Amino acid sequence: MPGKKRTRKGTGESKDIIVLDNVSKAYSTGAPALNGVSIKIRKGEFVFIVGDSGSGKSTLIKLLLRELTPTSGTIWVNGQDVGRLKHRKIPKFRRNLGIVFQDFRLLKDRNVYENVAFAQRIVQVPVREIKRNVPAILSTVGLAGKYKAKPKQLSGGEQQRVALARALINKPSILLADEPTGNLDPKNSWEIMKLLEEINQGGTTVLVVTHNREIVNAMKKRVVTMKKGVIVSDEEKGEYIDED
Amino acid sequence: MRISTLFYTVKQGFVNIVRNKWFSLASIATISACLFLFGLFYSILMNFQHIVKTAEEGVSVTVFFDEDISEERIREIGDMIQKRVEVREVKYKSAEEVWEEFKEDYLEGYADGFPDNPLEGSENYEIYLNDVSMQSALVTYLESIDGVRQVNQSEITARMLTGVNALIGYVSMGIILILLAVSIFLISNTVTIGISVRKEEINIMKYIGATDFFVRSPFVIEGMLIGLFGSVVPLVSIYYIYTNVVVYINERFQVLSGLLNFLPVETIFSTLLPISVAIGVGIGLLGSIVTVRKHLRV
Repeated sequence: MPGKKRTRKGTGESKDIIVLDNVSKAYSTGAPALNGVSIKIRKGEFVFIVGDSGSGKSTLIKLLLRELTPTSGTIWVNGQDVGRLKHRKIPKFRRNLGIVFQDFRLLKDRNVYENVAFAQRIVQVPVREIKRNVPAILSTVGLAGKYKAKPKQLSGGEQQRVALARALINKPSILLADEPTGNLDPKNSWEIMKLLEEINQGGTTVLVVTHNREIVNAMKKRVVTMKKGVIVSDEEKGEYIDED
Repeated sequence: MRISTLFYTVKQGFVNIVRNKWFSLASIATISACLFLFGLFYSILMNFQHIVKTAEEGVSVTVFFDEDISEERIREIGDMIQKRVEVREVKYKSAEEVWEEFKEDYLEGYADGFPDNPLEGSENYEIYLNDVSMQSALVTYLESIDGVRQVNQSEITARMLTGVNALIGYVSMGIILILLAVSIFLISNTVTIGISVRKEEINIMKYIGATDFFVRSPFVIEGMLIGLFGSVVPLVSIYYIYTNVVVYINERFQVLSGLLNFLPVETIFSTLLPISVAIGVGIGLLGSIVTVRKHLRV
């Protein structure tokens, strides 16, 4: 859209909360990590992104987080052209995205309460409200009794719940989960997936990057399969497709 | 910024110090060591300069006049000398005063046999300088004045004092440069250790939408506090050591008390305190800003 303000608000396509238009990302060496990827994700959808190592899943997440910028093509998230976002506008942009990682990425020397409260402190929520919001979200993820515990005192499943609580406390419109069950046993994996589904039912768009075939096949959600930087299939109520 | 955010930022600065206590202690120790050496040399150099300055104040140039000179001309010459920039003080001594001093110093009770003043014509101006290095320029000028018969100067003393002054300048510059290089090296080392501890923490903060300012502020406060603590330790030590050493030298080496006129500790600290605190806080501030900036682009 040359010469026009780069926003998709009011264009009739506002139901698409994430739009990738012919996006490529090349690093200085090797084949491009993403090669002409186009995809639209609607508001309130639950989407699995699957694919083996080197398929471009992680690059996709990094582009959506604006950790990377695309080599070509355009990425729209929440009506914003992510590639053109100025450095100083990135924090505000990220506050609309909840993010959960495989390795939880909790602040190790702070307790559960502080880890979750931190996300509210950075958006300058008054202390009184933080004291009200944190216990509420901790009880949603089933950790009301463990607010004083340090991350190392928790199981992997519990740590991931803390990460989920932190991602959700500012009510983001999109939740990005990068291999959220990668470090968890099957029981904890299912509990986390159930939580993600509940969150999705509350209206949040959920994007899950995963290797977990069992979960993908059981949940009957939209499945986007990537291979060597391109989308090879995109199916509603899809299944995990083997590379070979 | 909300008051609660400001309060949180300052609190986090303190909490960071306690959390990374070994890193904090290493940084405080590094800054303390550098500032201790700095303070030590600064105190010594200040005293050296003070001693040299005191010695310089005693250096004078004496001007004698032609025998037939009028008193009016002597006054004129006095006014001309007083106007020179290098001159701090001009003292007139009449021939009678010179004779009285001579009698007191050398003849004691044996001067009664002199009916007249044998030092007639020895009236003079004693000139004290602002800066001994300007002595030769002044002497050249004095010798060119009409009515001046002779100019006496203590050239060796002046040269030596000028030399000592220059030496002190070079030595202090050299020491400060060495200390600066050492502190930069040590601090860059401790900061590098700190980076690995913080890198993950900064990344997490950035991923969940913290602004650069929000991420940087607690680290900056932490750096300033470390710098402040790092400057307080050597200042207290130097205060204690200085007062005790001065008392010790004055008691044990009373012979030197006329020569070694130490500056009071308050005089040293009136400049050392603000300089040390500024350097300490400055180093801490700079170290933390540079370290965090490196890792903000996530």
